[in-house]
Amino acid sequence: MKNEFLCVVCPNGCLIDAEFTEGKPPKLIAFEGHKCQRGEVWIRQEIENPMRTFSSNVLVENGNCITASVRTTKPVPLARVMDIMDEIRKLYPKAPLHVGDVLLNNPAGTDTSIIVTREVEQTR
Amino acid sequence: MPERIKKDLIIIGGGPAGLAAAVAAKKAGCRDLLLIERDKMLGGILNQCIHDGFGLHRFGEALSGPEYAQRYIDMIHELEIPVALNTIVLSMNDHRRVLVSTMGSLQEIEAGAIILAMGCRERARGALSIPGNRPSGVYTAGAAQNFVNMENIMPGKRVVILGSGDIGLIMARRMTLEGAKVEAVFELLPYSSGLPRNIQQCLVDYEIPLHLSTTIIDIHGMDRLEGVTVAQVDEKRTPIAGTERFVPCDTLLLSVGLIPENELAREAGIELHPVTGGAVVDDSCMTSVRGIFSCGNALHVHDLVDWVSEEAERAGVNAAEFIRAGQDEAARRTVEITPGCGVRYTLPQKAVPGHDTPLAFRVTEPSRNGVVQVLDSSGGVIAEETHARLHPAEMVWMALKGEQLAGLERLEVRVRP
Repeated sequence: MKNEFLCVVCPNGCLIDAEFTEGKPPKLIAFEGHKCQRGEVWIRQEIENPMRTFSSNVLVENGNCITASVRTTKPVPLARVMDIMDEIRKLYPKAPLHVGDVLLNNPAGTDTSIIVTREVEQTR
Repeated sequence: MPERIKKDLIIIGGGPAGLAAAVAAKKAGCRDLLLIERDKMLGGILNQCIHDGFGLHRFGEALSGPEYAQRYIDMIHELEIPVALNTIVLSMNDHRRVLVSTMGSLQEIEAGAIILAMGCRERARGALSIPGNRPSGVYTAGAAQNFVNMENIMPGKRVVILGSGDIGLIMARRMTLEGAKVEAVFELLPYSSGLPRNIQQCLVDYEIPLHLSTTIIDIHGMDRLEGVTVAQVDEKRTPIAGTERFVPCDTLLLSVGLIPENELAREAGIELHPVTGGAVVDDSCMTSVRGIFSCGNALHVHDLVDWVSEEAERAGVNAAEFIRAGQDEAARRTVEITPGCGVRYTLPQKAVPGHDTPLAFRVTEPSRNGVVQVLDSSGGVIAEETHARLHPAEMVWMALKGEQLAGLERLEVRVRP
């Protein structure tokens, strides 16, 4: 299979033409259009095991908001995002919460943490 | 009768622009200032933008919206800047008097300077004239974002998105993560109006199809939305007969553009720009009314919040300077900056010769290796830059030096044909 990818490593935004095998995971066969080494590393990763950060939110007990937003601290394999979502959905932390509070370590066996990204005060 | 008070500076809006403007004004020596926010908390729209990618330029890290806002909220507290929450500005005149309401009490404030930082709002169904019924289940993408991220309410299970603006793309992913099925995104234009990384990470990653040159021509359902009819459009954006098809869904999200919020500016007689929908400003962010400044998405819709903060800081510093010294005499003579071929608009629309001017503009069409040029009134090239990628979704920046503007009356910014 052939496709065009826009490299997101830097603002150059190189358009990389890549050829890869079908299958899970696909394998990179050939590519062109990148201007630097980082693009080469990126396109291989992007095709063979794309990594993503993502955000969600959790319900909060006793807070001045009913939810707190959360995010991953490091990119995780795209294929594991839904498994991590299942773990996030089970969380129900108590207020107060602060930006950076860690709610989960290594969810679904991945090398990331789930942290709070909003200040939530406790209600009386 | 409302209570009457005086303030050196008021800032209307406590989102990213208002926060950065207040911080910069205080640091520049303005002591008697007030930041006015109508919501119960500071941060504005950033509070519901829980995805990451904010602050790469400002802070060198990819923060979520609430975290980015919190950095500035902390600065507001450290600098002891007074904030009025749950407070709305009801009216404003060209003598910098505003009428303010807080939970049932009225105040009239006479301000030495005003910074407008009200942000923008979404184009809604009414602006699109889509025929059909008016069932429930049709929302703007931002409204859905508020329900899901702030109120923990899912608007529906089977979703169609019209418009490929970034908020729509972000919501396609968000709704998918929360278990909804996003059927497709339809875009009227032959290219997406969202950032390429959002196309990849919000649509392609989750196998959500993006149909270009396609729009919705009918909405079905009596009480609840049951589906939409879509059709391809020709180059004049007219639906092509025979291409219609029915797409079942219970939710339609509209991500079809943002409009700067300028009711107050209009009321005060501030000159507004027909393309940006925001005020016409000079390089200090001052509007056509002396002492009233504008910044952020109230001025023009930005692609990145980092640029909002930067622009708002400029407004803050210049407002503080205006309060201290009055308007610079030189500022009465300005160079007009106009968009030429391939450019939709420029910001600012005028600049003072001798002032270094960060020039921002948007192109009309995507291109690769495009050359952007700044021309004087006789067609001479003053500045020129080549860009690997030009896209209407991304603002282009050029730094003009004060001396480059000396002795000029008009500048034109264009993409070399």
